[in-house]
Amino acid sequence: MSTATPSAPTNRLGMTKQDYVGSKSTLCAGCGHDSITGQIINAAFESSIEGYRVAKYSGIGCSSKTPAYFLNQGWGFNSVHGRMPAIATGASLANRSLINIGVSGDGDSMSIGMGQFVHAVRRNVPMIYIIEDNGVYGLTKGQFSATADKGSHLKSGAVNNLPPIDPCTLAIELGCGFVARSFSGNPKQLNAILKAAFAYEGTSVIDIISPCVTFNNHDASTRSYKHVKDHDFPLHDLGFIQYSEVEDVEIAAGETEIVTFPDGSKVAIKAIHEGYDPTDRFSASKAIHESMHKGEFLTGLLYINPQNAPLPEVLNLVDEPLVSLPESAVKPGPEVLAAIMETLK
Amino acid sequence: MTAALASPAVTGGAKTRINDFSIQVATVNGSGSQTANTVLLRAIFQMGVFVSGKNLFPSNIAGLPTWFTIRASAKGYVARKATNEMLILMNPETAKEDIAKADPGALVIYDEPLQLDKLRADLTCFPVPFQKLVTASCPEPKLHKLVKNMIYVGVAARILGVDMEEAKKAIAKQLKGKAKAVELNQNAALAGYDWAMENLPDQDHIRVVRDNKTQGLIIVDGNEACALGAMFAGVTVVGWYPITPASSLVETFIEYAEEYRKDPKTGKSNVAIVQMEDELASAGVVLAAGWAGARSMTSTAGPGISLMSEFIGLGYYVEAPGVFFNVARTGPSTGLPTRTQQSDIEMCAKASHGDTLHINLYPGNMEECFQFSYDAFDLAERFQTPIFVVTDLDLGMQNWSSKPFTYPDKPFDRGKVLNQQQLAEIKDWGRYKDVDGDGICYRTLPGTPGGKGAYFTRGSGHNDYALYSEKPEDYVSVVNRLRKKYETAKSYVPGPVFRNLGSDKGILAFGSSDPAVVEAQDTLAEQGVKTDYLRLRALPFTAEVDAFVKAKQVVYVVEQNRDGQMANLLREFYPEHATKFKNVLHYDGLAIDAKCIVDQITAFEQK
Ligand SMILES: Cc1ncc(C[n+]2csc(CCOP(=O)(O)OP(=O)(O)O)c2C)c(N)n1
Ligand code: SF4
Ligand SMILES: [Mg+2]
Repeated sequence: MSTATPSAPTNRLGMTKQDYVGSKSTLCAGCGHDSITGQIINAAFESSIEGYRVAKYSGIGCSSKTPAYFLNQGWGFNSVHGRMPAIATGASLANRSLINIGVSGDGDSMSIGMGQFVHAVRRNVPMIYIIEDNGVYGLTKGQFSATADKGSHLKSGAVNNLPPIDPCTLAIELGCGFVARSFSGNPKQLNAILKAAFAYEGTSVIDIISPCVTFNNHDASTRSYKHVKDHDFPLHDLGFIQYSEVEDVEIAAGETEIVTFPDGSKVAIKAIHEGYDPTDRFSASKAIHESMHKGEFLTGLLYINPQNAPLPEVLNLVDEPLVSLPESAVKPGPEVLAAIMETLK
Repeated sequence: MTAALASPAVTGGAKTRINDFSIQVATVNGSGSQTANTVLLRAIFQMGVFVSGKNLFPSNIAGLPTWFTIRASAKGYVARKATNEMLILMNPETAKEDIAKADPGALVIYDEPLQLDKLRADLTCFPVPFQKLVTASCPEPKLHKLVKNMIYVGVAARILGVDMEEAKKAIAKQLKGKAKAVELNQNAALAGYDWAMENLPDQDHIRVVRDNKTQGLIIVDGNEACALGAMFAGVTVVGWYPITPASSLVETFIEYAEEYRKDPKTGKSNVAIVQMEDELASAGVVLAAGWAGARSMTSTAGPGISLMSEFIGLGYYVEAPGVFFNVARTGPSTGLPTRTQQSDIEMCAKASHGDTLHINLYPGNMEECFQFSYDAFDLAERFQTPIFVVTDLDLGMQNWSSKPFTYPDKPFDRGKVLNQQQLAEIKDWGRYKDVDGDGICYRTLPGTPGGKGAYFTRGSGHNDYALYSEKPEDYVSVVNRLRKKYETAKSYVPGPVFRNLGSDKGILAFGSSDPAVVEAQDTLAEQGVKTDYLRLRALPFTAEVDAFVKAKQVVYVVEQNRDGQMANLLREFYPEHATKFKNVLHYDGLAIDAKCIVDQITAFEQK
């Protein structure tokens, strides 16, 4: 199956990284979104994700184009603006064996699609929910989005006078059990977060600051590469250990906190930022608010609770994917109709 | 009491309307009158007489006026009748107006203190001391309001000649085994009956006489019939958002699914039902579930279809299946949300921006509500597109008698879906390649192993291989193929039903207008105007519709909206016959009646 040279490293499935790529990107050279695509490819390869089980969803925007650029082995559904969560909800219920990756933008999720974001998180739809957050509408040529910082300037000189909406504190508030923030320019951290997200069963919200080099990378922008690099405060060193490797990895005792997922995978969190507990929802919220106030971007796994039941479980669905059920399982027999007709007589 | 009729007739005099009358009951909503009205309707039904019931209710939970009409018809006419032979006036707020509007000669049962007998001399009044009877028959004061309505059931039974045993049976059925409630209500009805026996005279105006027309029939509403159709069609994903008059379709489905759609071993559910945050999200769930290979549906009304329209266009263009029930109400905007109309015809025919044409099904009775709902899932998967099942409040929420539904033996048609083995054998698969020349392509489902068949679904321009394309020729090729698919659908959708009296004058109608059209057709024929009637059951228009339109000199298009929406579609699809189509319209929110059709066609004929 592998299409690369024999010397290319393979993962547990015998796949090479080349097996996880997609079509060629058509985004602007240097766009943060492309770096995120690269990390999705890496994380899926390293986590030995079965490509045919992957379903990729998106709304509309530069960010929403990116599912075409990774994992060609999986199915993609580029839908309508702001409605990616509904697509993910429908398909993931239809087939609970799918591995669901949703990619959205800050406009897509925090403006037109805010309602769908909120409700998908509330329902704990089994999916990785990536927001490629550049503070602008890239595809419609650089208007402010709802995550733009107050006082932030457009290239044209226009100033944003409204406060930003923060997807992460919002997600925590909504009961999300996996909330992370990262930066497209921090591949190591992003990689660990994505791998952990693959192991998480419910909605994992990952807000990734992803500079738009064409419309929002100037010095007065709080979403420029320079500004984010200067203000990126990683919370911790993250290590992700997949269930298949748990036995082989030694975790140093001491200040490293271990969070175990239902499948046995573990995240090792070595704190950098003092007084931050990613397993405590209230302290996490508080720390994020305080650092935002100081103009910092706290990055890392902001909050984690691996025990949240995902939607198919909440709905008490049969274990078998609904799409695989035979006609005999879903079509009651003639005796059922006859009995119902009797009650209506 | 005034103008009491002296005749002690039991079966009625020469002018007596036997099993042929309408009763209107005026109450306050939230007072439990719905149960009483259904009991009266059922009791007449159990006497073997055709009945239909129409609930005219306000958009409110409690305290506003509501009217319920029961029509009995020996001939089997079940449309709303413009005139009522009997009124039961329980609502002091509307009583004076109801009396003023009463048809001459009507019988009027009312609460004695209202003193309505002074208002009109051409009515027969039956004042009833409801409060006294309630107090005597029911020991619990807090239940008085509820049982008061059961008393008029007893009184009406006595006046009409309905067997009290049937009323008692109907109460037991309606209150499904709740022993205490059954007893309380039966006692109340009996108290009304006994009092009326002693105190009210006979009348020979209208009468129920035992017949055998309803043997083996069921009483059901269209939403329940559609819910059952969907259940037997094996729907597995439902995304919905509450809206009158569509909510009870999904709510009834939920009740049945609780019982019949659970895995017998584990008790787990084999259907996912999610009340979404709005109709946009519902539409997304339906289309994505369909895309992933599930049988999916939603139920909504006009405002919901408006919200869903962007997604519906996506579904049409990317070719994702899904069933959209539209139980239409009176629009635009909130309009009259508890009244009926057929005013979403053009919207559902073309929902969304851009060039879109959808397959629509128009069930015209309860059996078709059931059968078409079942068929809609086959059509959705066969044609890989959103399918509309268009009913309305009249079909969806009113009581209809019907033959029991026939079990749909036909196995599911899952359409053109390639599995791993089939994919392995195909050299050059393209998601949007028209291999068979019928406009329908072969699709694959996410999660299919084997390393073949994955593709990228996009609402932007695409070519045969589902690759992004802005090439003019690729775009035109896709939309022309979609149009071809619509042509192919003509041989799959249910064709029209004819009721031809032998004429070159045509009537074309659909959905809930059917009973009124049948009745109007008979009346017109009695008056010397013969017509051939085509009942349309689907879009696209099929060859039989072509032939009918060509053959007729004139086609009266009967529909329940202001703008003649179906006639507009006909003019569009049959431009060379455009002048033949004459609008026969009814759009005040009440169900259409035969008289308005007769009057309008007669006026055209006299021109
Ligand atoms: C209903 C609708 N309204 C407006 C648009 C136009 N539109 C396309 S992309 C976009 C904004 C995208 O912004 P974001 O989600 O932040 O993505 P980015 O391009 O920045 O990655 C808008 C407004 C649309 N496609 N659909
Ligand atoms: S416009 Fe901005 S967001 Fe869009 S591709 Fe270019 S750099 Fe990326
Ligand atoms: Mg953006």
